Amino acid sequence: MSDLPDTGPAPETAPPSRWKTAWDSDIAYSFRQSPVAVIAAIVTLILILSAVFAPWIATTNPFDPASLNLMNGFSPPGVPNQFTGETFLLGTDDQGRDVFSTILYGMRISLFVGFMAVLFAMVLGVGLGLLAGYVGGWTETIIMRVADIQLTLPSILVALLIFGIARGVIPIEYRDQVAIWVLILAIGLSDWVQFARVVRGATLVEKNKEYVQAARLIGRSSWAIMFKHILPNVLSPVLVIATISLALAIIAEATLSFLGVGAPPTQPSLGTLIRIGQDFLFSGEWWILFFPAVTLLALALSVNLLGDWLRDALNPRLR
Amino acid sequence: MLAYIIRRAFQSVIVLLAVGLVAFSMFRFVGDPIEQLLGQERTVQDVERLREALGLNDPFIVQYASFLGRALQGDFGISYRQSRPVADIILERAPATLELAFVSGFLALTLGIALGVFTALRRDGWAANIIMSASLIGVSLPTFLIGILLIYVFGVQLQWLPTFGRGEVVDLGWWTTGFLTASGLKSLILPSITLGLFQMTLIMRLVRSEMLEVLRQDYVRFARARGLSARAVNFRHALKNTMIPVITVTGLQLGAIIAFAIITETVFQWPGVGLLFINAVQFVDIPVMAAYLMLISVMFVLINLIVDVLYVWVDPRLRIDGRHA
Repeated sequence: MSDLPDTGPAPETAPPSRWKTAWDSDIAYSFRQSPVAVIAAIVTLILILSAVFAPWIATTNPFDPASLNLMNGFSPPGVPNQFTGETFLLGTDDQGRDVFSTILYGMRISLFVGFMAVLFAMVLGVGLGLLAGYVGGWTETIIMRVADIQLTLPSILVALLIFGIARGVIPIEYRDQVAIWVLILAIGLSDWVQFARVVRGATLVEKNKEYVQAARLIGRSSWAIMFKHILPNVLSPVLVIATISLALAIIAEATLSFLGVGAPPTQPSLGTLIRIGQDFLFSGEWWILFFPAVTLLALALSVNLLGDWLRDALNPRLR
Repeated sequence: MLAYIIRRAFQSVIVLLAVGLVAFSMFRFVGDPIEQLLGQERTVQDVERLREALGLNDPFIVQYASFLGRALQGDFGISYRQSRPVADIILERAPATLELAFVSGFLALTLGIALGVFTALRRDGWAANIIMSASLIGVSLPTFLIGILLIYVFGVQLQWLPTFGRGEVVDLGWWTTGFLTASGLKSLILPSITLGLFQMTLIMRLVRSEMLEVLRQDYVRFARARGLSARAVNFRHALKNTMIPVITVTGLQLGAIIAFAIITETVFQWPGVGLLFINAVQFVDIPVMAAYLMLISVMFVLINLIVDVLYVWVDPRLRIDGRHA
């Protein structure tokens, strides 16, 4: 690891490349100085990549019935497939599905729901926060009162309620098909408040600065001022909240799926796998539960640590 | 002070009216109540008669008012799934959840404060360091995994404790309690640890940081200089002043305990209100969901109100601000 202290202006040569500027920036420096952040980033990256490239990494496609054989059911880790001789690295579940492969595919669902839910919460929260902070008046009162009320209820409860209502509205034959999207909606709606509060606070500060007054004077519209001028200046706390929210959303998804109200059995996420594994804990087949649980923990913990580091790095006052 | 309480109470009523509106909308617009009540063989006249009888032809606001009126009298309708009044089902299930929440809250508060004080006083000791690191894990483990871990270790491997249900309960007429039998008490151990662990670590970390803050203050140094015993300084002077934030957090976490009981009750198949709610979500039992929503919001709003009032009462500095804010 090279040591590059920040030493004022660079020597008068050719302008540094983008890559060099990024490498020399404060945030990259603080990243290199923090072993926890580096390890967390590596773990997160490995997990995300293995989820994205699951079809190429997984030894079998666990959802292709042709690849399954009940005779292989309940194989402990390391036992070879009775037909092809391939080793089941992490064992198999009751239906003879390779646990390693189901984890990879399950992680895809978990990450997809997590990312989409945070994206949804972010767009909603940032939009409403900007609106509340910039417009003020009744708009602000209503938005922030709703936020306050929602904040008093734990987000898992809000997500459960939204999930329940959505199930009531959607006809029974479509429920499994749209379950993932309902999950994203429920987790996203339970999580927008943090974004809205922070963005509103930052907007209230930015609104009175000279660049905003200047933009207003030259006659730019409110929308343009909010989204083109103020938004870029309030984004850094949003990034921090988004990272921490991602960890929370992954856990929320796992919890809902574990409770049996999340991802359907046809599209099992890590939480669904843990739910399935719990049934076999008493009979001694611990690996069906253990490996998905460890993966979930590694994922949530490393994203969380990354978020913590980002918060400290972007906010020097906290150091 | 009185004006402050009245204003806060007024806000609470508005919040509850809004929640009631959500619950009422669930009833009214999610699934057709006529469909639920009448079978396949029905005539247009039947439907019309029932609509009139149920008041479904009344203006929205009248229906909402009568819905609220019935809810206030404890009438939450009939469960679609169990065909019994929702209020009866909830009353039957409530003792299980309340006993679990009480034990968890008690554990979290006593152990949390004790460990918090300990880790603050022996800041650099090895025991305190171990407790602090362990608490980090406690915060990041999802509740359901803690429950499964406990079940595996104490239920499956060691076979010391029961892993599901309430054990034997004693029926006191309007209340069933697990406190009076050995199996009931044993059944409480694992679920209450699972439910209280997160709150315990939270309270512990809070007490620790507040204690460290207070111990640095001049009046503590002065108390030591007066030659008071370490015990008197630590507990009579320092701990007393860490209690204000602890009250707030404990109050707010009380609601969280009830909500997270949903997860713990599912893991341990605990026959409480949380398990009832999860089953209601799974089977789209709207009356149960709506009743749970209203009950839980009444509880949250009350807790918030009490905490706010307590806060002003405990910290006299806030009284002046409270009047002008």
